[in-house]
Order: sequence, then structure tokens, then C-alpha cells
Amino acid sequence: MSTTTTQPPAPGPGMGSPRINLRSGTLPRRFPAALLASCAAVVAGVLLAFSSFGFLLWGVLTAVAYVVIAVTASARVEGGRKAKDRLVTSIVYMCFLLAMLPLASVLWTVFTNGMNRLDIYFLSVSMNGVLPSMDAGGAYHAIVGTLAITGMATLISVPIGVMTAVYLVEYAQGRMKQLLMFFVDVMTGIPSIVAGLFVVALWMVLFGPGHTNGAAGAIALAVLMIPVVVRSSEEMLRLVPQDLREAAYALGVPRWRTITKVVLPTSAAGLTTGIMLAIARVIGETAPLILTAGTSAVSINWNLFDGQMMNLPVFIYSQVRMGGAINYERAWAAALTLILVVMLLFFLARMIGGLFAPKAR
Amino acid sequence: MTTTDAPETAPPSSGKRRIGDVAFAGLARGSGILILLILAGVAAFLIVQAWPSLAANTANFLTTMAWEPNVREDPAFGVAALAFGTVLAAAIALLLATPVAIGIALFIVFYAPRRLASLLGYMVDLLAAIPSVVYGLWGIGFLAPQLVPVYQAMARYLGWIPLFSGPASTSARTILTASVVLAVMVLPIITAMSRDVFRQTPQGHREAALAMGATRWEMIQLAVLPFGKSGVIGGAMLGLGRALGETMAVAMILSPALVVSWDLLQSGNQTIAAHIALQYPEATGYGVSALIAAGLVLFAITLVVNMGARYVVARGNKESR
Repeated sequence: MSTTTTQPPAPGPGMGSPRINLRSGTLPRRFPAALLASCAAVVAGVLLAFSSFGFLLWGVLTAVAYVVIAVTASARVEGGRKAKDRLVTSIVYMCFLLAMLPLASVLWTVFTNGMNRLDIYFLSVSMNGVLPSMDAGGAYHAIVGTLAITGMATLISVPIGVMTAVYLVEYAQGRMKQLLMFFVDVMTGIPSIVAGLFVVALWMVLFGPGHTNGAAGAIALAVLMIPVVVRSSEEMLRLVPQDLREAAYALGVPRWRTITKVVLPTSAAGLTTGIMLAIARVIGETAPLILTAGTSAVSINWNLFDGQMMNLPVFIYSQVRMGGAINYERAWAAALTLILVVMLLFFLARMIGGLFAPKAR
Repeated sequence: MTTTDAPETAPPSSGKRRIGDVAFAGLARGSGILILLILAGVAAFLIVQAWPSLAANTANFLTTMAWEPNVREDPAFGVAALAFGTVLAAAIALLLATPVAIGIALFIVFYAPRRLASLLGYMVDLLAAIPSVVYGLWGIGFLAPQLVPVYQAMARYLGWIPLFSGPASTSARTILTASVVLAVMVLPIITAMSRDVFRQTPQGHREAALAMGATRWEMIQLAVLPFGKSGVIGGAMLGLGRALGETMAVAMILSPALVVSWDLLQSGNQTIAAHIALQYPEATGYGVSALIAAGLVLFAITLVVNMGARYVVARGNKESR
């Protein structure tokens, strides 16, 4: 075998010697793990000796030590190309860990800070008659508002979204289909604050200036939710096997009965998953609700069409704007409530999707 | 695209049953048209409501930095400073997020242990599930205080670079902090797009590279990155669209000023979205209309960016077939 066959097509400058030995040395398989463990131990020891131990510092120094030693050792034993490969491998692993850092940090700070104030009392009373700096009050009115507004947004966007998906998958053809798909994509990118401004403008035309209520917020959220529902439902409907439709047609079932009795039930689990993920996405939307549902409601309001309506995201925001220590405590507790709701929706959706997915593929 | 189109297999229609069919098809078609109408309505209502203030504006809307729409007789306001802040914050966020996102996508597709890969993918998706207001709260309540000493060190040792000139803000409520949070928020979007396109790299190309003796990195360089380029660019542009329109993180973190400033470590600058959220509760008269005009500018910018992203992705898909 000639040595030239092992030349990579894009040789870099750090290629090593021109005479490539096919059986050049390799580092032992356990080398990376062992090196990482020893680096971590040594760095921890040194930091403790200087009594300046911090998890972030420890992680960063361990990573640096590991990369330097591993790449040097590999360059010595295995040659430049392998060393470069190991360098990239470490960088790629570090990218992932870097992304997990904010996730862990957000969840941890929200959990520890939120637990200070999150209790039955906080969840069951409103801020009615509570001064912002008093050690009292809770988020019940905000929870009510979030449920009502998100509920109405769901009721508006699910029928429109699912029917549009049915249209795209079962009926639409040619240009109309491409146009609609393109604009649904474009609609996904509407900034949430613009959706809020749209409803503000709409409400000014319909009812005149100064009308703020929950329904306005619900419509703003629906504008954001519809494209998400369309995209996920469309994907699910495409998964329904063509055989099922053809079998129904062969029995003489009309098309609309086929869709309502065969296609939609088959994809029901997937549709539910998509809708729940869409709810999880809009339930934390803040900007449009600041513009449409108001920022100053303090009492419990179940009526979507009557006056300002507080909700969890805006509650967090307005408490932060007030700026006192007690306000921050309320904000953290409300953030924990909101995150728990979103996570619940997220995992429930994944579970439904996993358990009841059609065994089509 | 047309593999599962139903129309080819549509049943032969027989007279009586058609009423239900016509009604149902009309309903489906109607929903589709309604979506187009909503999108058109967004543009139309914004323009209609923005017009009064734009007509009364005595300054050039696109080049003025000040925001005084409520001065009697001669309201003067413009989006110059806001547009600059918006683009600056989004650009920094993208610069920070894109390399990391590519790394994560490579990790999940090629490096992570097979069994863990989908779980790790979910964990990145979780970043997208956290509401923006919670990111804002985290940014102002946790991240900013942590960054104060970092910024002071940066101002001391990197101050000779114009971007990092001091004195560093003592609260770290700066455009750089906002951009870091924005970067975290767009990370899952870019990662998801890159992951999808990396996964579609033809098995043949990858195996050919490996069979020639390429290391894993050389295989990625030769087979994966050229194939996935358009997907990564499209994903980055979608992330840019998101970063441009993101409100809460900026509104809660940044201590704003309507100036055009390149000093990332000092407070100042403001984005369109955050400006709207902060000003709206107190806005009256032309104030509301002027904010709607600013929103229109934001809408136009994000529309262009998003359409560009879709175009790049679609073209990439076509080329790779």
C-alpha cells in the first residue's frame, strides 16, 4: 500500500512528517477520561490550597489544563492531524457545556430565589389593597389572568391553525400552497411586541383609544400562536399514511368524513403535542400583554372583556420595575410558578407525543 | 414536497355528498385565507395608526435620535438611535451565539453518545422554553451583578479597544449584558436549524471521507460543513430575526439612553422593542402613534431578515437535492 493514499485531500500546515507511518502511536483509549479526572483533581487541590475555590473557576481551569495537555500529548504521540481532531473534540464538548451553563443557572437561581416566597398563600391571594412594599399579597390574580388569556388565545388559534394545516396537507395545490406556507413561515417571525402593537392599533380603530382588556391580549397571543400550531399540525398530518385515506375512499367515504373520522383521529396525539408546545411558548409572552392587557391591575378579574387583566409574565415585569427587595421576591416566586407551568406543559407534550405517536414509520 | 398530497387520490364525487365536502373544504380554505388576511392586517393597521404622528412629525423620522412626540405644535422624534441599538444588540448576540450553536449541533449529531443524543437535544430545546421575562429577571437579578467585576477588568486591560473603553458601568446594565442574554435566547434556534441540516448530510459523503483516513474533524470539514452551510446561515438569520424583535431581556436589563454609542461597557443605547415596551404605558396622544411607527420599522426589518432566511434555506434545500 502506498503512503499517498492516506493523504487527506486538504492537507493543513500541521501535517507532521511527510513519511506517514500507518502504525503510528495512539494514546490509550481511556486516556481522555483519565486525564480529565486527574486535571480536575489537581486543579481542585491547587484551588483549595489557595482557598479560592469556585465552581466556575474550577471548571474553566480544568478545561484549559485538559485541552493543553491532551493536545500536546497527542501532537507528540499521534501527530498533528490527530491532535487537531482532539482539539476540535474538546471545543465541541465545551460548546455544549457552555450552553448548559445558563440553563442550569437560570433554573437554579429561579428555584432557590423563588422558594423563599412560593407557598399556598402566595398562590391564593391577589395584590388587591396591598401596597407594593408591604410584606403581603400574591399572584392569584395573575394566575387567573394567565389562564383566561392563554385559554382564549388557544380557543382562537387551534381551530384556525388546525384547519389551515388540513387545507395545506389535504387540499391546497400549486402557488396558493407555496404562498401560504411561505407566509406562515414569515408570520412565525413576527416580533411579539409587533403583535401587541397590531392589537393596539386594531382596538383604536374598533373601540377608540384607551381600551385595555384581556381579550386584546388573547388576540395578540393568538397572532403569535397560529403559525406555530399550523407548522406542527401540518407535520403531524403528513405523517398519516396515505393507505388509510385510500382505504376510506375505497369504502365510499366522502372526503370531509375521511378527514374528520380517519386523518384527524390518527394524528390526534401529535396534534395535541404541537398545541401544548404552542401554549408553552405563548404562556410566557410578556411584551404584547404589557401593551394590551395593562400593567397595573391588582384585583382578581375573570372577565376578558372588562378592564385590565394581570398575568404572570407582566406581574414579574411590573414587580421588577418597582425595584424593592420584596418586589424582587414576588418576581422570583412568580417566575418559579411560570417556569413550573411551562416545564409541565413541555414534558407532558413530549410524553403524549412519545406514548401515542402513530406507528407509521 | 408532493409525496403525500391527497388530491391525486381524491374520491370520485357523487352528487349528494358534496354539500359536506364543499362546506369543509371552504372552511379549511377560509382558515388559510384568514391567516393571510391577519398578516396583511398587521401591516395595514400599523400603517394606518402610525400615519397621524408621522404626518405631524417635524423632524426626519429615519435620521432623528430624539423622541419627543408630545411637544405641542412640533412633535419631533426618530428611530435612528433605536434602530442602531437594535441592530447592535442583535449583531453582538449573533456573533456570540453562532459559533457556540454550530459546536452544539456538531456535538449532538456527531460526538454525543448515541443514546444520550436526543436527551441532550431536548435540554438545548429547554433553553427555548424558558420565557423571555424570566431571562430578563435572571439577567438583572443574577447575571448583571456577576458581570460587574468582569467588565471592570475588561475596561482596565482591554480599554484600548474602542468598544471596551471605560469607565465600566457599576451596575453592568449595558448593551453587552443584554446581548449576552439575547445570545442565550437565540442559541436554541440556530442549534435546531444547524442540527437538522447536519443530520441530512449524505451518509455516503461521510463514510467516503472516513474511508480515506480522515479524522472526525476532517470528515466534518470535508463533508458536513460545506453541505450544511446554507442551513447554518439560514438558522443564524432566523436567530437574528428573533434577537431583533426580543423585548423583555433588553427592557429589563439595559439602562437606556437615546444615543448612538459604541461603548459596550457603559450604559446607553436602546432597542426599538424595549423602547416601545417602556414608553407605551405612559404614552398619550401622538406618543402611541409614534410608538406604532417605531414598531412598523421593527416589523419591516424583521420581515426582510426572515424572508431572507427562508430564501437561503429553501435555496440550500434545492441545491442539495
